[in-house]
Amino acid sequence: MADEVVLLDFWASMFGMRVRIALAEKGIKYEYKEQDVFNKGPQLLETNPIHKKVPVLIHNGKPVCESLIIVQYIDEVWKDKSPLLPSDPYQRAHAKFWADFVDKKVYEASKRVWTSTKGEEREAAKKDYFETFKILEGELGDKPYFGGETFGFVDLSLIPFYSWFYAIETFGEFNLEAECPKIIAWAKRCLHKEMVAKTLQDEKKVYELVGQLRKLQGLE
Amino acid sequence: MAEEVLVFGAWGSPFSRRVEMALKLKGIEYKYIEEDITNKSPSLLKYNPVHKKIPVLVHNGKPVAESLVILEYIDETWKDSPILSKDPSERANARFWAKFIDEKCLPAIFKACWGEEKEHEKALEEATELLQFLENELKEKRYFGGETVGLLDIAANIIGYWLGVFEEASGTELLTREKFPKLCNWANEFVSVSAIKENLPPREKLIAYLRNRFGVGTASKYTRHL
Repeated sequence: MADEVVLLDFWASMFGMRVRIALAEKGIKYEYKEQDVFNKGPQLLETNPIHKKVPVLIHNGKPVCESLIIVQYIDEVWKDKSPLLPSDPYQRAHAKFWADFVDKKVYEASKRVWTSTKGEEREAAKKDYFETFKILEGELGDKPYFGGETFGFVDLSLIPFYSWFYAIETFGEFNLEAECPKIIAWAKRCLHKEMVAKTLQDEKKVYELVGQLRKLQGLE
Repeated sequence: MAEEVLVFGAWGSPFSRRVEMALKLKGIEYKYIEEDITNKSPSLLKYNPVHKKIPVLVHNGKPVAESLVILEYIDETWKDSPILSKDPSERANARFWAKFIDEKCLPAIFKACWGEEKEHEKALEEATELLQFLENELKEKRYFGGETVGLLDIAANIIGYWLGVFEEASGTELLTREKFPKLCNWANEFVSVSAIKENLPPREKLIAYLRNRFGVGTASKYTRHL
């Protein structure tokens, strides 16, 4: 029986992009279904009733939710090709720890910047954002990728945020490359991978979206 | 070479107890180091410089942090008495619910017990709704893991033991038998398992600690006005 793989996603979602990269790495054919996240459809609400969020992977009718859980699921089901996680338990734990860090810190720090109002609030948000990326730079060290010599789980969990850098820098009025040059160098390296380059979204489109989101939240 | 397994924890923390429960279930010997979280040791800060939190598992000198990450590491390293299924779909399911407990349930429970008075009713409602999802997920199984205690049961230790203690310490009622018959049954089964029972902090000591740290609880204050 052929596998039926459906992805419920939103074009700009960094979480959705993680799954798209994973599916591309493994060469898995799937049906992409763009979701209107401002007006959520019945399939999304039915397959993810708890969080009501994208991405949702539906594999032979069974939904899997939460991007990093989906990526691990993909890695375990399609295990014969392009492993996304190392095989050594300690290295796997290390990768999961850092991907979890990205989840807990990067999204929130980013959101705080683009939802902040000018002045003290923004400065505090920016400080937090830089600190988060400096910690990541520390972890990256001199390695080409977080995964070492090759693009791995942590790289995959972080690179989609690159699509949002331009928007955040512009609204936050700063230059990330000046603060965290290693991160930008790392991102550019990741972009050499075809799967990544194809998946990441146009930063100007994301900037427009953030503008819309800010208006919706009464920030403009 | 002999294995060296260290666990940095705090006696009252459900997170560090999770690690001990998993090790006990698998019969792994370890050395426990109690941390004073108000005065963290140089070792803890060395082993978890990013979050500076317990628990940390140190296996032959190599640290692993974040309780759910540690649980999976334990399962992959010591393969007897597995706590995760081999089936990817079941694994994804266990991970999903464990994350749900940590990210949604616990904050909601906490708010219901010790949150702001004016938000008390709403917090109770939210916590109840979230617990209902877990009640439904349990279905007719003895444990979340099926016939034996699994990763999700261990992650749900908060529901299985700590919740009852929070309720008593704060005067809040959440996990009632009428609303949550399955979860209540499960909780009884869970705390009866010897590897779990041996790893529960003493109830009275925990109640005293919680009251001291967080106060008498919103519900207690609420009823005082009536």
